[in-house]
Amino acid sequence: MFLKQLSEAVGVSGREAEVRDLIREEIKDDVDRIETDALGNLIAFKEGKPEQPTVLLAAHMDEIGLMITDITDDGLLKFKPIGGIDKRILVSKEVVVGPDQIPGVIGAKAIHLQESDERKKPLDYGELYIDIGTKEKEESEKLVELGMMATFATEFEQLGTATVKGKAFDDRVGCAALIELLQQEHQLSIIAAFTVQEEIGLRGASVVAYDLDPDLALVVEGTSASDVPDTKEAGYSTQLGAGPALTIQDSSLIPSQPVVNKLIEVADQNDIPYQFRKLTRAGTDAGALHLTKEGIRTAVISMPCRYIHSPASLLNLNDYQATVELLTKFCQDMEEGGLADEGVN
Amino acid sequence: MKELIKRLVETFGPSGDELAVRELIRGEIEDQVDQIEVDTMGNLIALKKGQDDSNKVMLAAHMDEIGLIATHIEEEGFIRFSNVGGVSPYNLLGERVLFNGETIGVIDKEGKLDDISKLKHDKMYVDIGATTQEEAEEKIKIGDTATYYRQLDLVGNRLVAKGLDDRAGCAVLIETIKQLTEQPTFDTYFVFTVQEEVGTRGAITSSYGINPDVGIAVDLTLTGDTPEAKRMAVSLGEGPAIKVKDRSVLVNPQLKNLMIDLAEENEIPYQLEVLDRGGTDTGRMQLSREGAIAGAISIPGRYVHSPSEMIDLTDLENSIKLLSEILQSDYQGLF
Amino acid sequence: METKEVLQDLSEATGVSGYEKELGQQVAQLFESYVDQIEFDKLGNLLAYKAGEGQQEYKVLLAAHLDEIGLMVTEVEEGGFLRFTTVGGVDQRTLVGQEVTVHGREELQGIIGAKPPHLQDEEEQKKSFEIEKMYIDLGLTEADVKDKIRVGDIISLQRNLLSLENDRVAGKALDDRAGVLLLLETVKELDKMTHQVDLYAVATVQEEVGVRGATTSTYGVVPDIGIAVDVCHGLMPGVNKDEAVELGAGPALSFGPHIHPQLVKKLKEVADEIELDYQFDASPSPRGTDAYAIQVTRSGIPTAVLSIPLRYMHTSVETISLNDIKRGARLLAQLLRELEGEFVEGLRCF
Repeated sequence: MFLKQLSEAVGVSGREAEVRDLIREEIKDDVDRIETDALGNLIAFKEGKPEQPTVLLAAHMDEIGLMITDITDDGLLKFKPIGGIDKRILVSKEVVVGPDQIPGVIGAKAIHLQESDERKKPLDYGELYIDIGTKEKEESEKLVELGMMATFATEFEQLGTATVKGKAFDDRVGCAALIELLQQEHQLSIIAAFTVQEEIGLRGASVVAYDLDPDLALVVEGTSASDVPDTKEAGYSTQLGAGPALTIQDSSLIPSQPVVNKLIEVADQNDIPYQFRKLTRAGTDAGALHLTKEGIRTAVISMPCRYIHSPASLLNLNDYQATVELLTKFCQDMEEGGLADEGVN
Repeated sequence: MKELIKRLVETFGPSGDELAVRELIRGEIEDQVDQIEVDTMGNLIALKKGQDDSNKVMLAAHMDEIGLIATHIEEEGFIRFSNVGGVSPYNLLGERVLFNGETIGVIDKEGKLDDISKLKHDKMYVDIGATTQEEAEEKIKIGDTATYYRQLDLVGNRLVAKGLDDRAGCAVLIETIKQLTEQPTFDTYFVFTVQEEVGTRGAITSSYGINPDVGIAVDLTLTGDTPEAKRMAVSLGEGPAIKVKDRSVLVNPQLKNLMIDLAEENEIPYQLEVLDRGGTDTGRMQLSREGAIAGAISIPGRYVHSPSEMIDLTDLENSIKLLSEILQSDYQGLF
Repeated sequence: METKEVLQDLSEATGVSGYEKELGQQVAQLFESYVDQIEFDKLGNLLAYKAGEGQQEYKVLLAAHLDEIGLMVTEVEEGGFLRFTTVGGVDQRTLVGQEVTVHGREELQGIIGAKPPHLQDEEEQKKSFEIEKMYIDLGLTEADVKDKIRVGDIISLQRNLLSLENDRVAGKALDDRAGVLLLLETVKELDKMTHQVDLYAVATVQEEVGVRGATTSTYGVVPDIGIAVDVCHGLMPGVNKDEAVELGAGPALSFGPHIHPQLVKKLKEVADEIELDYQFDASPSPRGTDAYAIQVTRSGIPTAVLSIPLRYMHTSVETISLNDIKRGARLLAQLLRELEGEFVEGLRCF
């Protein structure tokens, strides 16, 4: 499964090269043209028939991570978070540093050496560091440069029949879905934007559509699922296995109503399960995309993932398949009649 | 005027769902403007041609109001919700709301919640009288929106209603269009924007499309004239407030001075607004493309974002006068 | 004029965010004789254009912000006392006892006051003064004050530039007048060289309230490369090594996700080539300088940040080393001299 390679590739915001190269290689025979821009967004064009609409599909390549900001005299690596990381999860994790994926661990003072009060307090970035086994600064400097990124070393694995485990599902699952769409034949034109720097504030998406003129945009995301103990159903946001989640509203976007309505109609007609993302906080690339120039009609389809922004998240493969199917059928429906022009929102 | 505002505020229009308000406004003005259109986001843009087309002036008042969005429907038919824009949970206790402009519901908090300082939207629910989830779903789907359910009242010379932020501004733009005795100096775009309450989004795309040289927003501001209020030198009934600063903008000093001079020359009472909280469409107009000269006329309002916002009728009339004077002025000192 | 004297003029001039017009004129005079054209845009950004000799038009934008943080009158109270709010990120702890200028119908001198410690109870004395409880005393009657001052008038801090030991100086608004000076020095250096690319040295407005000037000026220029020239934190007690750099050890190149990797690499190479001291400054968030706006203008601009180490940021005693400014200017001038089409085009190839 290509998602395995995507998940295991390293691509912290601003350093998406490995992911970009992987995607470029995978899609190059399926598209008419591939471009990059000044920020590193990868944009693939698949031309359809001229009278057909153009749909922009977007997923971000970058993942959260840690940036190396200093090397101590002992050779330990100090770091700062890139994107939204809960610092409480960091201690005692394996990481890889830089493009050569140098292995390291995030260590801390052993429980035996702690005062009882210390055990209750989360460690702050001032106290955390990565140990790559070096003994002094000079040795580390031969391997690591300031500004290099570290990310979790997590293997992609299948758990049981329908669940997979991996890192960076936010948003490599979206990248994987876009790639599948590009590998199909379509009448309409598809522009697939694999964006950069989403996790530090939708930077790539702020510029990616400036020179494009799509009729509408769909952002494909991995979103948090909270169908876990101690959460009431109203607070799940999304649940695993209940199909792709449609955004009703979040901090960055009120989705285009005609587009959302069409997605629902297509899902109903084709018996594709779907759910609504009940959380109205947080944002996605759609927040930046839909405000490009005079505006682009935009909606968001997300795949529920548990434990997002942590070393290991879970995805239900049926949700993934249903998402690809919904996107496929949506494109077919657009080819056949498109969006009823019921005006705007 | 009062009758127009009554219709405006009693029309359903939370952010993202401004259709009914837009159609109402369109009906009011379409015969009196040279061109009218709706853009991708849903902004209503009406052009009054000027005597001179060398500069473009954009006026912005937002159509949307704050509200709620349904996020979950419980087995017993209760609706869970989140806020659309700045709705305080305290304002919602015991409040009636209207979903989709037609379904009435009442709001309460979960019974176990004793500490009122911990009140949050996710500890509250709407009761629409349904007894099961299925019955509720016949009327309300997840993603449907609601607003306060209130009518407009006249108390003294003051209007009390929900949604005066910013239907009062819409009314000022509509009346200005109606009352303009001659062509404005420059081509003037009257823009009724969407999604202001969730991040001044309609103003982003409409400013980009129009690319104005001068942008003026008309919106509500706060006052400091109630018991033990936070300090602010704006009072109800003492005239429109000429904006100097809010969190989104530092108003172009020449435009501010132009407004002051015009108010003084025409004996229109005015105040000066320095608002520490909140932003407006003004900032978006200022920063669109290569930038615009931007300012705002603010209508003093008490209890803003509550179900009973209050404004003074004379402030409205004076806002219209000031805006009309600006539109017919020579914009001295600006270019 | 000596570099220090220019910096003195710049530091002591007033240009609170949104009110940079006069300062812009003053700065324009400094640039005039070294550039081909000077323009102001609608927000008041100063754009100094210096043509390159290349056949193709590649444009490099250097941005340093003109504006400084300040205060604004919110109310004229009984007795003629002024209440005020902040413009930009002012540290309220630094204000009490500060002398200020209030820019009303005329310029008036004032002092920021608060309830004297003798009259505060023990609890109050433990807390820092809150801005809501401060006021400005102009020493004038209420009638006089009301005649001259109205709500919305700008207030600037008063501080003359002070020479310290070595080449260090302290003053107000060195964030980012030091950057403006660096731009000026760059243009002067460049005047002695030939260069292929066109330069837009932009003194931006309203950085301190949300990088607003850079937003519109970059849109107008449409550069191929954008470099924000600003200040960063200098090392001082209580600050971690990975959050600050050394004063006097050369300009700092930012590294972080929003910085174009090839561009910062090039800056490094140029610095090494001319044997210039430089440092690195960690920038995990894209916020904090004009680069935040520059990078995401139109279809995206390759962006870097060059910073002058500065201690005590956003106080009236900001401290820098003049030598860092000179070295920064040498670096940028040499970069501009070396830039050519192939490298610029390559910045879009990932």
